[in-house]
Amino acid sequence: MSQSNAVRLQPSENVSWRALCSRRDLVANSGVVAWLDDEQVALFHLPETETGEQVFAIANKDPKSGANVIGRGILGQLKGDLVIASPLYKQHFRLADGCCLEYPEQQLQVWPVRLNGDAVEIAAA
Amino acid sequence: MNAIVTPIKSETLIVIGNGMVGHHCVEQLIERGALSQYQVHVYGEERQRAYDRVHLSEYFGGRDADSLAMCDADYYAAHGVHMHLGVQVLEIDRERKEVVTAEGRQPYDKLILATGSYPFVPPIPGAEGNSRLVYRTLDDLDAIRAAASNAKRGVVVGGGLLGLEAANALKSLGLEAHVVEFAPRLMPVQLDEEGGAALKSRIEALGVGVHLSRATQEIVIGEEYAYRMNFNDGEYLETDLIVFSAGIRPQDALARSAELEIAPRGGVVIDADYRTNDPSIFAIGECASWNAMVYGLVAPGYTMARNLAALLCGEPHQPFSGADMSTKLKLLGVDVGSIGDAHAATPGAKSYRFIDEANASYRRLVLSEDGKRVIGAVLIGDNSYYDTLLQYAQNGIKLPADPSSLILPLSDGAPTLGADALPDTATLCSCHNVTKGAVCCQVDAGITDLGELKAATKAGTGCGGCSALLKQVFEHELTARGVEVDKSLCEHFALTRQELYGIVRVEGIISFAELLAKHGRGHTGCDICKPAVGSILASCWNQPITDPGLIPLQDTNDTFMANMQKNGTYSVVPRIAGGEITPDKLIALGAVAKKYDLYTKITGGQRIDLFGAQLHELPEIWSELIEAGFETGHAYGKSLRTVKSCVGSTWCRYGVQDSVGMALRLEDRYKGLRSPHKIKFGVSGCTRECAEAQSKDIGVIATENGWNLYVAGNGGMRPRHAELFATDLDDETLIRYIDRFLMFYIRTADKLQRTSVWRESLEGGLDYLKEVVIDDSLNLAAELEAQMQLVVDRYECEWANAIKDPEKLKRFRTFVNDQRGDPDVHFVRERGQRRPAHAHELHLIPVTEEVL
Repeated sequence: MSQSNAVRLQPSENVSWRALCSRRDLVANSGVVAWLDDEQVALFHLPETETGEQVFAIANKDPKSGANVIGRGILGQLKGDLVIASPLYKQHFRLADGCCLEYPEQQLQVWPVRLNGDAVEIAAA
Repeated sequence: MNAIVTPIKSETLIVIGNGMVGHHCVEQLIERGALSQYQVHVYGEERQRAYDRVHLSEYFGGRDADSLAMCDADYYAAHGVHMHLGVQVLEIDRERKEVVTAEGRQPYDKLILATGSYPFVPPIPGAEGNSRLVYRTLDDLDAIRAAASNAKRGVVVGGGLLGLEAANALKSLGLEAHVVEFAPRLMPVQLDEEGGAALKSRIEALGVGVHLSRATQEIVIGEEYAYRMNFNDGEYLETDLIVFSAGIRPQDALARSAELEIAPRGGVVIDADYRTNDPSIFAIGECASWNAMVYGLVAPGYTMARNLAALLCGEPHQPFSGADMSTKLKLLGVDVGSIGDAHAATPGAKSYRFIDEANASYRRLVLSEDGKRVIGAVLIGDNSYYDTLLQYAQNGIKLPADPSSLILPLSDGAPTLGADALPDTATLCSCHNVTKGAVCCQVDAGITDLGELKAATKAGTGCGGCSALLKQVFEHELTARGVEVDKSLCEHFALTRQELYGIVRVEGIISFAELLAKHGRGHTGCDICKPAVGSILASCWNQPITDPGLIPLQDTNDTFMANMQKNGTYSVVPRIAGGEITPDKLIALGAVAKKYDLYTKITGGQRIDLFGAQLHELPEIWSELIEAGFETGHAYGKSLRTVKSCVGSTWCRYGVQDSVGMALRLEDRYKGLRSPHKIKFGVSGCTRECAEAQSKDIGVIATENGWNLYVAGNGGMRPRHAELFATDLDDETLIRYIDRFLMFYIRTADKLQRTSVWRESLEGGLDYLKEVVIDDSLNLAAELEAQMQLVVDRYECEWANAIKDPEKLKRFRTFVNDQRGDPDVHFVRERGQRRPAHAHELHLIPVTEEVL
């Protein structure tokens, strides 16, 4: 019953999945933030999409404000792409690859993430 | 390196007068590049820069001098025009070609007189002070307002266009208004006898006294009111103030003393090139007399200004050949229209007339002797015929087989002159001389927005009389080019907010998913439609926004019920209804602020804002605030914010009602009401207005008999005074009207539209709003009140709701897998409190993510 996000990993031995938090920590159709070593990861949970249940992991820091707020934005879909709107200046980032629609030079890091039973697992290289 | 060529400003041009026409002339000069050729000086006698005199009566309806101004405050300076406001020109020294002011002497090469006109006050013994007011400038209006503060009844002398405007102004100040006219009918210049009679009965129905064929012989001390006006027929009328509006006279005093040629009936004589008998001096607008005619309307003045500017720039221009005096207005809410030869004075002219005595409507169509052309018309009670008739008259369009159909009540089959029937040469906006062809050009150039069209052509920005026709032509041309006027909310809903609201109500939809499935596209929605629908659902059903199905719809501020600040921390504003707080609660608030080290500031809405809380601290902070008796203040929502109040009759020696009590009652009723945008209230205990209620969406001001209700004001980026909506209301009626007003706003406004913008966009304006809310013209009042009552009954403090529910609280964690706070949030201390650190104060901490 695992679904990973759109950044598909090349099959490789270096990738290891590690548990980040529990499924119950997620908020349906919205975001939460997890601590990953020294980084902040925004996790978005979409229980129902065209391709089934999906979870995305994307960097929490908004490049425009420098504040760690991406996890508190609104989820949406623009021209087919799932996006997160930053809550401060409302620019949109694609969940699949972290690209900013309004400022293409801004890109957020994304991580592969999956649900494994009750665990939310992230692939850290 | 290129040499820099400084244009030599060889000539000095002086414009005397900064009214609408003088301003338009300068604007035209700027647009035509005259500033590279002329050094331009403008002298204005009034303190204010040019303002819109056509809409002067709106000054009492809430508009201030700034919003009436014809241009931005820095417009003249930005274009290098030397502006001398509040400076009277004392003399024109034609020999030395200099003007003399208190500032000194200023030489000129060319001079434009745009001094306008002044109100004529007949010499009546006893007319002085408050019995000799006039209605022309903003200062005049201030004087009228001051005089009205202690008055019950006001009289306007003069039943012409301006006199009726002035009567409207008195009425809007809450006075019993009367009009005294010398002629046997109202608006004798524009209307015929039947037209005048229809207008009279309409205006009397509004409670305005109309006294015709009366000449005032003297004004003496009154018995019941301050003054008594004794008429020539032995009758008298008592009043507290008198406004003279018995016509205007050209302001030609400067020209007279400079010994320029003056027309026998006043006005500086000009030729077709606007030149006086001194070739360096020109005159335009109401101070000029062409062919022994003075034109007292703005459109001919603009025509003169435009053509003179072209002439001075050496461009081709139209010699003046007279002007159309057709006019369309709403006087005291009554439609009045007059086109061309309204009196059928042209030899052989034939008329059709339609008289409806039941509804006091009257229409007259005047045709040429051969019956082939419209040469004039009179309309009372319904101006929807005006645009079509004017086009027939101005463009010589061939008449339908039965010309009477042009003024008969519209039935489905009646021929109306559609936008497509107009020739390209048809003038739509006569103030700015914009033709249908010019509008088509802009549509071809790609303009699809009415606002952009107005900005590009200026059409509809003069007297505004052409707005409806302009919109009609614009939309017709867009449709003709296959452009769909897109009013979709976003890519997920091809519907407007208003349509979605209707669907949610009618179909009883309570979730976003259901609405999207039935009426939208896609699975997810976006950050435009989600908050808009979230707001609609809350306005209709008022379910807790923290419910799992609703939470993903909310903007971050609503999601976490606090206001996100620039560094990602939140500010917290508990409700302090009416600004009233006990010492104990104040201490409790201080204790919480101190414990969590929150930056503390008093807000403009008489509340206290606590800044700098991290997400995980919000539940603890709110537990303590709720414990101390506070509830959420909705500072984060598009909803009722505060009801500001003064102490009122409880403490204040001037107070006439308990304003704090009313503020508490109102805030308690409407707290938690979600709406298209935020809503603010103010309640003042007397007319001194210490709560600044007139700058609020809902303003309530105490009177000796109850409450005056003001609506649709706001502060912010574009301040707007609230307009007087109803007077002397008792408590229950006040609340009923506010219920209806707010629910009607919620029902019909666009998303994120404040009440002020909504009100300005309402067709029919304030009068229409009054009909809906007060007269219940749409038969909606009971429904609106019931809808409001449901929202009121379902109120629950959102924070209290969330605190009880561990599932809802789990989102209030900075990290779901770690106890720490956000390590990137840094504060420094300033003036005894902490504030976010500036970027330069963080030497070692990168403030922006590096681009990958």
